[in-house]
Amino acid sequence: MQPNQLANKLKIVSLVSVGKHPQSGRVRRADQDSRAVELGMKLASDNLIVLHAGDPQEQALRSYAGMGLKSIQVLEMDPAADAVMPLGEHLQQSGAEIVLTGVRAESGESSGMVPYQLAEKLGWPIVPRVADIVSIEAGIAEVLQALPRGQRRSVKVRLPFIASVDSAAQDARQSAFGPASRAVMEVEVVSAATDAVRQSWEEAPARKRPKRLKVVKAKTAAERFKAATAKSQGDGGKVMKNESAAEQAQAILELLKEEGVLR
Amino acid sequence: MSGHNSHDVLRRDPRAEWIARNRLHPLHGTVASNEAAEVRGPSGLLRKNPHQVGFVGPNGIKRIDRLKGNAAATGKGRRSGAAKDVQLPLHTVENPDFYVVVVPDMVGGRLTGHDKDVIGQAHKLVAGIEGNGAVLAVCFGQSKEEHFDTAGVDRLLLLDDAIYEGYCPEQRLAALVQVEAGYHPQYWLFPDSVNGGSDLGSRLAARINERPVVQAWQVDNHKSVCRGAGGTVDITRDTPRLLMLAEECADQIDETRHEALSLELPVVPVVISQLQDKGQVAVDPNAISLAEAEFILSAGNGIRNWDQFHEAASVLGATEGASRVAVDDGFMPRFRQVGATGTWVTARVYLAVGISGAIQHMQGIGQCDKVIAINTDAGCDMVKRAALSVIGDSEEILGELIERVQEFRAQPSAGGDQDAA
Ligand SMILES: Cc1cc2nc3c(=O)[nH]c(=O)nc-3n(C[C@H](O)[C@H](O)[C@H](O)COP(=O)(O)OP(=O)(O)OC[C@H]3O[C@@H](n4cnc5c(N)ncnc54)[C@H](O)[C@@H]3O)c2cc1C
Repeated sequence: MQPNQLANKLKIVSLVSVGKHPQSGRVRRADQDSRAVELGMKLASDNLIVLHAGDPQEQALRSYAGMGLKSIQVLEMDPAADAVMPLGEHLQQSGAEIVLTGVRAESGESSGMVPYQLAEKLGWPIVPRVADIVSIEAGIAEVLQALPRGQRRSVKVRLPFIASVDSAAQDARQSAFGPASRAVMEVEVVSAATDAVRQSWEEAPARKRPKRLKVVKAKTAAERFKAATAKSQGDGGKVMKNESAAEQAQAILELLKEEGVLR
Repeated sequence: MSGHNSHDVLRRDPRAEWIARNRLHPLHGTVASNEAAEVRGPSGLLRKNPHQVGFVGPNGIKRIDRLKGNAAATGKGRRSGAAKDVQLPLHTVENPDFYVVVVPDMVGGRLTGHDKDVIGQAHKLVAGIEGNGAVLAVCFGQSKEEHFDTAGVDRLLLLDDAIYEGYCPEQRLAALVQVEAGYHPQYWLFPDSVNGGSDLGSRLAARINERPVVQAWQVDNHKSVCRGAGGTVDITRDTPRLLMLAEECADQIDETRHEALSLELPVVPVVISQLQDKGQVAVDPNAISLAEAEFILSAGNGIRNWDQFHEAASVLGATEGASRVAVDDGFMPRFRQVGATGTWVTARVYLAVGISGAIQHMQGIGQCDKVIAINTDAGCDMVKRAALSVIGDSEEILGELIERVQEFRAQPSAGGDQDAA
C-alpha cells in the first residue's frame, strides 16, 4: 500500500519551523510541521530531508529529530529575517521533488504564505491542505486534500510540487530523547534580508474578540417588543400534504440534488 | 313661551336608555350603534362615553386616535402589513472612481455569512476613501444566490463558465490577475476561510507580490489588527492592499439595497492546470463528527422501522442524527443526539424524520440552512421551520426515497441528463 519503493528514490524535503504551545506558549515542534515530517517519513523513510531556516541551537529542532531523524539541515540566519529567499535558492539547487510544509506557522506572522511564495519563486504547483499522499507513479502524485466537514478531495499533480500539510494528516509519532540528542545539525550559513516591514508592527497578546451583538434596528416600541418576543421561524417553506408518497419522495430528492449533497 | 321652550326640551326614552345600558339585551346592538361618543346630557352638559371613542386596532387592542385622523399616511392598522415588504433605499454608484474587490467563497453557490461580513468590511473601506467607489464581487462557479443586492454588491462579475467549475485555483487566479489588470482595485478582500478564500488569496498575494494580512479582524484604511503566532498575538500593522479577513470582521449590510450590476471581463487565458481535480472521495459519513457533517438524516419518535432508517442513511450517504427520545429509547447511541443536551450541528441539509421540533431540539439545528421535515403532523414546529415538509408516514416515504435515490445512483452520472430521473 505504501508507495515506498518508488518514493525511496525521490527527494522529499520537509520544512520545519519552531512551534509554540497554544496554552503555555512554550517552544515545541509545530503540530502541522511535525505531521509534514511524519508524512515525509512515510513516503521516503530514511531519505527524507528535514530543513529549517533559522537558529541551529533551537531546542525545538531536537524534538523533530527525536522522531528518528539522523540529521537536520539548518540554514543559519537571523530567525526574524525573511526565510523565503534562502529556502527557495536551497531547494532549487538541491533538486527536491516534493516539498512539505505546514499550513500556518505557530509563531511569528503565521500567514501561511511561505509555501505559496516558494511555489511562485520556483514555478511549481502548490497543493494546499494535504491530508495524505496516496501514490506516486510515473512522476505524478495522487494527493488527498482535506476539505471542511471531514471531506476529502483527490488531486493529481506532476512532480515537483509543494504541499502544505493539514491538521487532518496523520499524527506525528512520539519524539524520543535518545535520537533527539544523537541527531546531527548540518549547518550552512546563509545571508537573509532583514524583514524591514515588520519593524513597524506592534504586537500584543491576543485580545478577546467582542462577540457580535444582535442589534435590533426597530423604530417603534411595538417593533422592538415583537423582535424580542418573536419565535424564530423560517418564513414557512413548502408543505406537501395531499400528494402521494412517491411525489413527496421525488420532491425531497430534487431538493437534495439541488443542494448537491448526494454524491 | 312654551313653543319657544319646546325646542330645548329633551325627550328621554327610558327604555332605549335601559337597552343601551344592558349589553346583554337582544336589541342592544341597534341602540348602541347610533349612540355618539359625545352626547348632551339632560342637564345640558357634554357627556363623553369612553366606551365609544376609538376603534379596535389590528391586534385586537383598542386604539384612541387623538390626532383625529390627521396622522399622516400611517392609516389605521396599516403598519404591520407595510413593514413586511419594505423597500430598502437603493445605493447607486455611477461611474465608480475606484473598486474594492471581494472574492466570496460562495459555498454551495450562495454567499456565506463570512462572505457578507467581508462585503460589509469592503463598504467600510470604500467610505474611508475620497470619491465614489464600488464594491465589486468576483464570484466563481454556478451561483444560486438571489440577494446580491441586499448583501451589498454594487458590481458583480460572475464567472460561471465550465472552466471555473470544480477545483481549479490556477484558472481562477488567472481571472483574478485579469481583474487586477483591468480594474486596478484599491483593495482585494478575501474571507480567510478553509472554503477556498484563503487559498485563492494567498495565490494572488504571491502572484502580485503583495504582503497580505491574514486573520484580520479590525480593519480601517490605515491600520489593521490581525491574529498572528497561531492566534495568540494581535499584530497591529499598516493596511496592505490585500486582506484576508476573519469572520465577523465587520457588520453585514442590512440597511441599503445595491445595484449588483453585471460586469464583463475581457478574455481570460485558459490556463493549463498543473493540478488535476479528481473529485471528492467517498468518506464514511458516520466517521465524520456530527457537528461537522454536511448532510444529516435525523430520526425521532416517528420512526418505527429502524433497519429501514439505517439503510436510508447509507443510501443517501448522510450522517445519522437522532432526537432525544430516539436516544432515550435505546435506538440510537447517545453521541448521535442533536439538540441542547446533544450536539449543535451545522449541517447544510438536515432531514428530520418523525421529529416534532421541541425547542431543545431546535436549538441544536439553529445553524442549519435547509431543513426538510417528514412528519404525520402538519402543525408541528419542525414543519414551521422546514424549507420543505412532506406530510405522511415516515416508513412509506423513506421507502420511496431509498428506491428513487438508488435509481438516481444507478444511472450513468452524466451531469446533463440528471433531469431524466
Ligand atoms: C432539559 C431537557 C433537555 C432536552 N434536550 C434535548 C436534546 O438535546 N435533543 C432533543 O432532541 N430533545 C431534547 N429534549 C427533549 C425534547 O423536549 C423533546 O421531548 C424531544 O425532542 C422530542 O423528540 P421527538 O420529536 O423525536 O418526539 P415526539 O415529540 O414524540 O415527536 C414525534 C413526531 O413524529 C411524528 N410521527 C409519529 N409517527 C410518525 C410516522 N409514522 N411518520 C412520520 N412522523 C411520525 C409525530 O407527528 C411527531 O411530530 C430535552 C428535554 C429537556 C427537558
